[in-house]
Amino acid sequence: MPAIFTPKVITANALLEGDVVYLTRNDTWSRNLMDADVLTDEADAQIRLIDASARTDEVVGVYLADVSAGSDGPKPTHFREAFRMRGPSNYPHGKQSEAL
Amino acid sequence: MYRYTDFDAAFVAERNAQFRAQVERRIDGSLTEDEFKPLRLMNGLYLQLHAYMLRVAIPYGTLNSAQMRQLAYIAERWDKGYGHFTTRQNIQFNWPTLRDVPDMLDALAEVQMHAIQTSGNTIRNVTADHFAGAAADEIADPRPVAELIRQWSTDHPEFQFLPRKFKIAVTGSPNDRAVTKAHDIGLRMVRNDAGEPGFEVIVGGGLGRTPMIGKVVRDFLPEADLLPYLEAVVSVWNLLGRRDNKYKSRIKITVHEHGIDDIRARVEERFALLRPAFTGVDQQLFAQIKSDFEPPAFKDRDVAPFDQAYANDPVFRSWADTNLSAHRAPGHAIAQISLKAHGATPGDATADQMRIMADLAERYGYDELRISHEQNVVLPHVHKADLPAIHAALKAAGLATANIGKISDIIACPGMDYCALATARSIPIAQEIATRFDQLKLEHEVGDLKIKISGCINACGHHHVGHIGILGLDRAGVENYQITLGGDHTETAAIGQRTGPGFSAEEIVPAIERIVDTYLSERDSADEAFIDTFRRVGMTPFKTALYGESDKKQKAA
Repeated sequence: MPAIFTPKVITANALLEGDVVYLTRNDTWSRNLMDADVLTDEADAQIRLIDASARTDEVVGVYLADVSAGSDGPKPTHFREAFRMRGPSNYPHGKQSEAL
Repeated sequence: MYRYTDFDAAFVAERNAQFRAQVERRIDGSLTEDEFKPLRLMNGLYLQLHAYMLRVAIPYGTLNSAQMRQLAYIAERWDKGYGHFTTRQNIQFNWPTLRDVPDMLDALAEVQMHAIQTSGNTIRNVTADHFAGAAADEIADPRPVAELIRQWSTDHPEFQFLPRKFKIAVTGSPNDRAVTKAHDIGLRMVRNDAGEPGFEVIVGGGLGRTPMIGKVVRDFLPEADLLPYLEAVVSVWNLLGRRDNKYKSRIKITVHEHGIDDIRARVEERFALLRPAFTGVDQQLFAQIKSDFEPPAFKDRDVAPFDQAYANDPVFRSWADTNLSAHRAPGHAIAQISLKAHGATPGDATADQMRIMADLAERYGYDELRISHEQNVVLPHVHKADLPAIHAALKAAGLATANIGKISDIIACPGMDYCALATARSIPIAQEIATRFDQLKLEHEVGDLKIKISGCINACGHHHVGHIGILGLDRAGVENYQITLGGDHTETAAIGQRTGPGFSAEEIVPAIERIVDTYLSERDSADEAFIDTFRRVGMTPFKTALYGESDKKQKAA
């Protein structure tokens, strides 16, 4: 049996601001993980990744990040992605300070 | 202090103009990220976890008040009102946007600062003893040497595409405060039997994935031979260095693979070729640079105000006992300003705090400030009579924590709160340890103890040379912290030994507490420091405190 594909989102850093962005269903970039398109098919994920990686005028360092898909939107499964979604733990800076 | 010549100013201005154009071309799409990345790194610009980060060099850790005020201005104008001082005597701004960076670099150039070669595979910002020119134990001021090396290495055409980064540290004191044995090249200023000045040259030290204590490649190098000899070392490595494998590319691996004798022979051969090419211009330059570092005219005044405050104010006395060091001039002291308030982020200063430190340096400290690799700020030259006023001003700004060299004076890298390379967080661990020992009121009872924390194997937090080292790792998707004991960052440098399996984020502070409790019960007197107790009793009692008796022993009992 093939390995079960863990759901993924496409994420990167914005070119101008450097902050974390996620690819939405409409192929726009959102600052909010809640807006991210959750990819459940591996072939689809790879094609979307290639297309997103070509958008070098908008973003830097595009990759697939694991998430768990729930009824209230995608959640990071690794602590690194949780920090990227939230911001640093020593100051209320970054995404946690922005009204989402 | 060194002042930019017209050449220096023109060079930095041209570099900034080039980078401004490169940023514009990146934004308009003419440059890809692959093309732009090496250019931005050469100018100190990283892309981190949440934002860009600009790393600014503070050459040999020396700043004047105008420079510190400009850092405060930059922090407020283009960042979030603070800066982070690092273990390499740099300052990092964590939140710039790409468009603003050229303006930030121009603002730095206004006060003769830059971010050139703070990243990339080049010779990085040269570091030096943070007590340079002030310490009572000093043979000679290492800063003119560091400035000479900075000028030689900046944009050196042969050394812009090295196998990997290359770090040089210089000390002018026998008591090594510059961690020279953990650098690619460490220079110790010494005198030979005839009393002539020169250097002991140490090569192949480094921390990171494969920690190594540097080896002496030349026990006495005459002062005038410095640059040709450095050029020989770097060029030998430039050819031999393992460009095929990032983890084997540093000179420490080259020295390890070839052996110090082979490297020495190659360096001497290369040096013989290079030496005649240096016609003495470097020495003329060196003489000019030296004149820029003439010590201030120290005034001998009555120290009665100090003695009075010391006798009557216990808070001042505690700070003076902990944060002052011996100065070469009568009546003077070196005052360290702790950026390690209990629970705060190690090495961070707000713009307001920077301005207060600048004001104090201008008013009381011959306009000089230093940044230590231990992430504190130093007023290198203050008269003792002024210390009560200095302390009062620091206290009002939250800068009078009396903990230099103590358990809460923790080195911590930015870790996964900021760094894209990190495997775990460092800052919260440092905050929790400092807060915990402050609650226990054990700090002064414990005495001198260096805790150093890195959030990944690259060891920016110097964990290998901490008396207690903590390394944050990712173990199956959970933050996990390994402990090493017995590391030493001084002239008796040593790499710490691992205690055993790591601890979770919740377990690490109690584990450190058990180590400290073990020290307190094992030490033969309050005068025996942690590192001395560890050397005397070894790892066993600490291991037992951390992990309990082993199964075997329990069964035998």
